[in-house]
Amino acid sequence: MAQAASPAVGWLHTSVGRKVVMAATGIFLMTFLVVHLSGNLLLLRGDRGAAFNAYAEFMSTNPFIRVLEVLLFLGFLIHIYQGLYFILKEKQARPQRYTLNAAHANTSLFSRTMRISAVVVLVFLIVHMRHFFVEHRILGTSLTMYESCKIAFENPLYSAFYLFSFLLLGFHLVHGFYSSFQTLGVILNARVERLIRTVGIAFTVFITVGFSAIPIYFLAAKYF
Amino acid sequence: MRFTLRVWRQKDAKSPGQFETYEVDGVPADASFLEMLDILNEKLIKEGKEPVAFDHDCREGICGSCGLFINGRAHGPLPNITTCRLYMRHFKDGDTITIEPFRARPFPVIKDLVVDRSALDRIIQKGGYISVNTGSAPDANSIPIAKAAADRAFDYATCIGCGACVAACKNASAMLFTSAKVAHLALLPQGQPERRERVKRMVAQMDAEGFGHCSNTGACAVECPAKIPLSAIARLQRDFIWANLTPDPYAR
Ligand code: HEM
Ligand code: SF4
Ligand code: FES
Repeated sequence: MAQAASPAVGWLHTSVGRKVVMAATGIFLMTFLVVHLSGNLLLLRGDRGAAFNAYAEFMSTNPFIRVLEVLLFLGFLIHIYQGLYFILKEKQARPQRYTLNAAHANTSLFSRTMRISAVVVLVFLIVHMRHFFVEHRILGTSLTMYESCKIAFENPLYSAFYLFSFLLLGFHLVHGFYSSFQTLGVILNARVERLIRTVGIAFTVFITVGFSAIPIYFLAAKYF
Repeated sequence: MRFTLRVWRQKDAKSPGQFETYEVDGVPADASFLEMLDILNEKLIKEGKEPVAFDHDCREGICGSCGLFINGRAHGPLPNITTCRLYMRHFKDGDTITIEPFRARPFPVIKDLVVDRSALDRIIQKGGYISVNTGSAPDANSIPIAKAAADRAFDYATCIGCGACVAACKNASAMLFTSAKVAHLALLPQGQPERRERVKRMVAQMDAEGFGHCSNTGACAVECPAKIPLSAIARLQRDFIWANLTPDPYAR
C-alpha cells in the first residue's frame, strides 16, 4: 500500500500515518467546536437573536471565514473518510472473534465506543447540515438563523436527538482528545498524560454542557 | 479445587475449531494455570484422548511462549503477568474457565491453543538490530550513556515477545511490541544511525503482516507482562513522523 503512493505522502497510507491524519484533523475539528460553541452561546442572550443573527450574517459573508469553511469541510471529509476506513477494516486483523472478551477489564468505555460515537456524530452532522446549511445557504429560506434554531429546538424530538448526539460527541472527545496527543507522540511520561487527560475532560465537559444548554434553554422557555 | 474447562480444540490452521468441555478435579490452589492444564492432559491421556496442545517453556515468566486467552483476557484475569505465573487460587472453586488461543490474522493456529507468532520475529528482523563493524572487541565504556537514558532504554528492552498486546487489542495491533523495540534503540547512541530507517521498516512490516492500527485504548499495557508503558508508542509515533518529514542525516 505504502509503496503504491508517491514517497512524499506514501507514509500517510501506513497504519501509523493514517492515525496521524486522524489526530491532526481531530484536533482541527476540536478547535472548530470551540469557535462554533462560542458563537452559538449568543443564542442564550435573551435578545431574540439580534446578536446571534449578526454573528451568523458575519460568518456567512466574511471572505476569510469562507476560506476557513472550505478547510473545515475538508477536515471533516478527511476525518470521516479515514474513520470509516478504520471502522470497516477493523475486523480484518481478527477474522475469528473471541468467544469471550472481557474488554471492559482493560479499556475505558469511551475508547471502546469510538465507532458508535463516530457513527452517531456522523448522522447528526448530516441532519444538522440539512437543517441549517442546506436550508439557509442553498435553498435560501426567508427565516433568520435565530428563527430556524428556535423552530428546531422547540421540537422536543429534535432536541432529544441533539442532546443524545452531543452526549455521544462527549464520549468521542474524552478518548479522542487524549488519543490525538498520544498519536502525535506528545505523551512521553505519566505527568504529561495526567495533564492531557485532565485538560481533555475539562474540554469535553465545556463542549458537551455548552452545546446541550441551547436546546434546554429553548425548551424551558417554551414549556415553563 | 474443581473446575469446568471450555477449551478451544483445533486440528490445524485449516480446520475449523470448536470448544470442548472438560472437568478437572483435585487441582491444588497453588498450582499454576499451566500445571492445571498438565493435570487435565494426564487425565486425557489416561482416558486415551488427545491431550490439549499449549505453548510453554520457561514457566517463570521470561520466555513469553505461554500465551493463552483466559476468560476473555490475555494471560487471564490479572494484569501484567504471563499465564505461567497465574495461579489457580485466583479462581473460585467450581468456576467455569474459557480458554482460547491468542486470535489475530497474523497468528495462525498451529494446533488447539498454540499459535504461530513468527510475524513478530519478522518485525524484529526489519529493525531490531544495530550495525557494527566486526573485529576486535571495542573498549568498555567507549560510548558513554547517561544512567537515566540507559534505565529508560532498558525498561523498553524488557519485552518478551509474548504477543499479549496483540491478543488484547481490539484491532489486533502490534504497536506496543514494535514500539518497545523502536523506543529501546532510539534512546541509545548505538541506535541512532539506523533510527529513521528502523521505524519506517518496522511499521511497514507490521502492516504487511496484517496487524491492525492502534486506537490508543491501552489494553496492551494492562496485559503486558513486561509492563512496557504506552510512552513506547508515543516514541514510535514521534520518530515515525520525524523520519517521514525530515531528511535522514545518516542516509547513504
Ligand atoms: C466534531 C466532530 C469530531 C471531532 C472533534 C472528532 C475528533 C476526534 C479525535 C480527536 C480523535 C482521536 C484521533 C486519534 O486517535 O489520534 C478521533 C478519532 C476517531 N474519529 Fe472523530 N471526531 C469527530 C467526528 C467524527 C466523525 C463524524 C466520524 C465518523 C466516521 C469520526 C470517526 C472517528 C474514528 C473512527 C476515530 C477512532 C480512530 C481509531 O480507531 O483510532 N469522528 N476523532
Ligand atoms: S510489549 Fe508486552 S505484551 Fe507485547 S509482546 Fe512485548 S512483553 Fe508481550
Ligand atoms: S512459559 Fe515462559 S513466560 Fe510463561
